[in-house]
Amino acid sequence: MESLSPLDGESFDPMREPLAVAAQLPPPVRRIAVEEAPTIAQPTPRANGNLPPSTSPRPKLKRMPRTDTVPVERMRTEALSIAYGEKLAVNQVSLIVRQGEVLALIGPSGCGKTTLLRSLNRLVDLTASARRGGRILLDGEDVDLFDVTHLRRRVGMLFQQPNPFPMSIFDNVAYGLRERGSKKPSRRELEPAVVEALHRAGLFEEVKDNLDHPALALSGGQQQRLCIARSLAVRPEVLLLDEPCSALDPISTQVIEETIVSLRAEIAIVIVTHNLQQAQRVADHAAFMYLGDLIEYGEAEQVFGSPMAERTREYVSGGFG
Amino acid sequence: MSTHSHVPAPAPPVPPAPPRDISRGEDSWSLGDKIGVGMAWAAGILLCLVAGAIVLYMLVRGIQYLKFSELVSHPLPSLDQSNSGGFLDPIEGTIILTILGTAIAAPIGIGIAVWLSEYARPSWLARAVESGVEIVAGTPSIVLAIFGLLVFQQSFFGFLSFTAEGNAVFGRSFFTAGAMMSLIALPLIVGATREALHSIPSHVREASYALGKDRASTIRRVLLPASRRGIGTGITLGMGRIVGDTAIVVILLGASLQLQAENDVPVLGTLKGTGSTLTSYVYNNSPAGEGGAPQKAYAAAFVLLIIVIFLNFAIDLIARRKEPAWNR
Repeated sequence: MESLSPLDGESFDPMREPLAVAAQLPPPVRRIAVEEAPTIAQPTPRANGNLPPSTSPRPKLKRMPRTDTVPVERMRTEALSIAYGEKLAVNQVSLIVRQGEVLALIGPSGCGKTTLLRSLNRLVDLTASARRGGRILLDGEDVDLFDVTHLRRRVGMLFQQPNPFPMSIFDNVAYGLRERGSKKPSRRELEPAVVEALHRAGLFEEVKDNLDHPALALSGGQQQRLCIARSLAVRPEVLLLDEPCSALDPISTQVIEETIVSLRAEIAIVIVTHNLQQAQRVADHAAFMYLGDLIEYGEAEQVFGSPMAERTREYVSGGFG
Repeated sequence: MSTHSHVPAPAPPVPPAPPRDISRGEDSWSLGDKIGVGMAWAAGILLCLVAGAIVLYMLVRGIQYLKFSELVSHPLPSLDQSNSGGFLDPIEGTIILTILGTAIAAPIGIGIAVWLSEYARPSWLARAVESGVEIVAGTPSIVLAIFGLLVFQQSFFGFLSFTAEGNAVFGRSFFTAGAMMSLIALPLIVGATREALHSIPSHVREASYALGKDRASTIRRVLLPASRRGIGTGITLGMGRIVGDTAIVVILLGASLQLQAENDVPVLGTLKGTGSTLTSYVYNNSPAGEGGAPQKAYAAAFVLLIIVIFLNFAIDLIARRKEPAWNR
């Protein structure tokens, strides 16, 4: 297992003003979980507060069934800081994203987890006021050295709200495969890739007869799976999921969670979620963020079952959020 | 509703409260409020009456005087209403001018809207463009017409109209009138397109960027197709304005009774030539304007009204078309 590199100040650019301020702040309390920490079989059940005991048996949180994979590091952030104007959103966060694993970013609203996620494919660059310090590496290469178009094809993203484009189901999946707005390559050439992506997203059986129907006529859950298929069609190596199920019904959520877990062998997956149960079901590693700081990072069972930091314990037990 | 299962016995059912008459509240309104509501009602009904009166009056007059032969025969120079022919040329003129004005305004208007909504840098230029659109929208068309005549009589623009001996440029043609007509349609197209683009949530744009697409393909393949309805509404509104405008036609189209092609080139010759539209025909024949042929004016005005009502109907159809939308 790899350990995190220490925060190196060298990659931090003091010329970026808001961050220079942040750099002078005392380093946040950072307890990086030891990878070899004993694993707890089941997360401790959340305290039920003063609710009366329920007569029906509480459904046990179960991790999604999964086949074992050998995790391989694909991305890492080194002392990553992001500020919007004067407001520091992410403060010197170092993380590793591995293929063969699902990494869950958890934390209360405004803790910087979505900003962190959006920085991994440089989507945060679209925000005019955003400044970034530290480094983000994809396979050891700084993402700033990539052509951003190329980077975003390797690091795909799924959004909170399903957002299929106003075109047919087929064209949605083929969108990323076509060159700059043209109709080339032809439908016949693209068909195998489109069908495969729909299969991997678990949508093909439902839409195979309606590939020419408008994508926006699908149900919310189908739309979101279409968006997964659209991302998968360009064969990303990392997939970023920004609360992908928060707008969906429980059944669609379950289908998407199963898809996520089944994809993790081939694609490194990072998921931002407010839903702690979801994080426990799908995640292998978890990172808890609070007010821009990474408070705890470790194996999911350890972060949820026996968190090391007081803040994490409060959050995962429902104390705040 | 309580979901606690440990409650031993269900509480005796509470008798339902009598339904409250929420409209009763109006009795307690102050006199001013009552008068205000009454006037609002009256204003709405009055508007309906006015609109109904116009349509009904024109319908009666129009049916009275409109003959099918007038729709397909050329107007003739005669003071006698029975010999002055039909208004085929003005109908053609209206159609040509509307198509031409819209064809110029639509791409420019959509382009301005896309730039304002998706780029808008530097911001001072965006503000200037916004003000420009507002100023054009607020300028009376007679001012646009006179300004257009001033511009298009320059010898530089001689190719757009008829040039007399001695290089005097006439400045009046379908081209020059269409160019100024596009200005009155432009603000409506810009406004409707901007609104449509604005209503697309930002995560839809980001989804396209996240697939490695640049801004240009995002605009072309995602944003513009998603704005079709708004663009259609804007264009149709603009067409309605062009169809109904008189000042630009009277000043910039030459107001010739029949279409006067500039040369023998099929389409280009007509566009470089002069003509008239239904509005100028009504103006030139109505006793209230310059003419003495009220029957022809009524009949033409009726046709014009039908076209405008049809355009409004089309706007309604476009705007009502149910389109699935994204969540914010």
